[in-house]
Amino acid sequence: MAVFKRTKGLADYQFHYCPGCTHGIIHRLVAESLEELGLLDKAVGVAPVGCAVYAYIYFNCDMHEAAHGRAPAVATGIKRANKDLTVFTYQGDGDLAAIGTAEIIHAAMRGEKITTIFVNNAIYGMTGGQMAPTTLVGQKATTAPLGRDEDHFGQPIRVSEMLQTIPKAVFVERVSVHDVKNINKAKSAIKKAFQTQIDGKGFSFVEVLSSCPTNWGKTPVEALDWLQENMIPYYPIGNFRTPEEGK
Amino acid sequence: MAKELWKGNEAIAEAAIRGGCELFFGYPITPQNEIPEYMSLRLPQAGGCFLQTESEVAAINMVYGAAGAGARVMTSSSSPGISLKQEGISYIAGADLPCVIVNIVRSGPGLGGIQPTQADYFQACKGGGHGDYKLIVLAPSSVQEATDLVQEAFELADYYRTPVMVMGDGMIGQMMEAVEFRPAKKRKLPEKDWITDGTKGQRKPRIITSLYIDPDDCEKHTLEMFARYKEIEENEVRYETYNMDDPEIVIVAYGTTARIAKSAINTLKNEGINVGLIRPITVWPFPTKVIADTAKLSGVISFLTVEMSMGQMVEDVRLAVNGVKPVHFYGRTGGVIPLPKEIVNEAKKILEGRE
Repeated sequence: MAVFKRTKGLADYQFHYCPGCTHGIIHRLVAESLEELGLLDKAVGVAPVGCAVYAYIYFNCDMHEAAHGRAPAVATGIKRANKDLTVFTYQGDGDLAAIGTAEIIHAAMRGEKITTIFVNNAIYGMTGGQMAPTTLVGQKATTAPLGRDEDHFGQPIRVSEMLQTIPKAVFVERVSVHDVKNINKAKSAIKKAFQTQIDGKGFSFVEVLSSCPTNWGKTPVEALDWLQENMIPYYPIGNFRTPEEGK
Repeated sequence: MAKELWKGNEAIAEAAIRGGCELFFGYPITPQNEIPEYMSLRLPQAGGCFLQTESEVAAINMVYGAAGAGARVMTSSSSPGISLKQEGISYIAGADLPCVIVNIVRSGPGLGGIQPTQADYFQACKGGGHGDYKLIVLAPSSVQEATDLVQEAFELADYYRTPVMVMGDGMIGQMMEAVEFRPAKKRKLPEKDWITDGTKGQRKPRIITSLYIDPDDCEKHTLEMFARYKEIEENEVRYETYNMDDPEIVIVAYGTTARIAKSAINTLKNEGINVGLIRPITVWPFPTKVIADTAKLSGVISFLTVEMSMGQMVEDVRLAVNGVKPVHFYGRTGGVIPLPKEIVNEAKKILEGRE
């Protein structure tokens, strides 16, 4: 009989995340994937600046804390120094899609054999709900109190679609964690991304649509519904690229 | 080994490889381009990894990652590029990681120009990035000394777990001189028992970070860093003296400027005027004691600091002299290199005023 228990991939700490935040679920999916693939003893994770800054405490493997947006560069340095390691970054949308845009694109361009978990909740969480590059048109934020005006701030950036244009980004998938079915699909994508790295095929990337009840001003359940109804139409879930078999 | 003619930047790159550099991350900028160019060919031949990065910011953060993974790693740039690296340097210092940063200094502010200056002294020695930290800063005045110091920089970095900057001006990077590659004195280095190389199921996970959210923890960590800096100040100060037998005036100058000062000193000597030189080799830790002791000599009338800047190191000279004697300053900037006769004239002006 299968017993649901804590994964060895997570250290014994209580998460600091807000009630209803999906970071906890995504942490677990990454940690389970590392455990199931037998990677915990050779993994080095790179933590972002943002809500997930303390990822370096939660994951039960070696961790390195990067400056805001620089995780793919730090991960590049680690992987180039030691090819035997499995190196991953865990980054939010402010970190990856604003200040760290250059680093993620060029890590993908070089085909760095690292894995990036990109948590997109369409807002700056830790600093208190400012507009992110991923904030939807019309969505309110503390720096867009009347809602994002596309004529003034432009339209939100679709990172997976952008990375799809880069040949050495060999695994790119967008998933969501708003219900159990999608959580299971997210887990599958994260495992495939790590497998891509193990197989030495190139850069692998999973974008996870995530909720932020606190800064969206919603209950946890309302936030999941809002994600499904508003984010998925703009950020369609699905696989953008999988490495070809045998290559 | 016979001496060979080498261009400064290429000699620095070769010396770094001989000093054990395993990875190099850099971005093109004049006047240091020969360093990444040389590295791109030679470092892979030596079994290392060269990457040309998307920016100086990415380069220093790759250095941060590779240093955390335990490698001997280096980046090089010139002034505007070094400004971009300051965030990363602050993180590397804050995470107690060793690395080597070469700055082949050009003029500023802003885009400035591509000719040699010494106007990055404040940035190198007084912090540069945010927070309470120091870099060991080595200032060669010849291509030979640059090759010696680059190799030693790796030893110092690993010994003290701190970033080390080799600060040469554009003259050092661009000129050719005879060089003999000499290995640095090997230190008994502490075991790297903090690197992120995977637990291998043998130990608890390690964390490399500069984040201490509790003020008491952050202060404690900073005090630990400064205890190391005190040790560096006690053990690693290096300087050269020249013509210091009963001088009337003592020039303090480093790098290229010190060489020009020596020419001026020789000219003055032929005219019967005795001027000495104190040349800091480590600009941090600064050779405060020798300057303070010299200030107390009754024969010394005053000091003259010469820099290729509007006066940066002169502040440290004044702190060392502490009002005991006057400290004069002569500087050229913007990439203009002072001539020996200009320094001769400054010395004579001081003597005419007897101050």
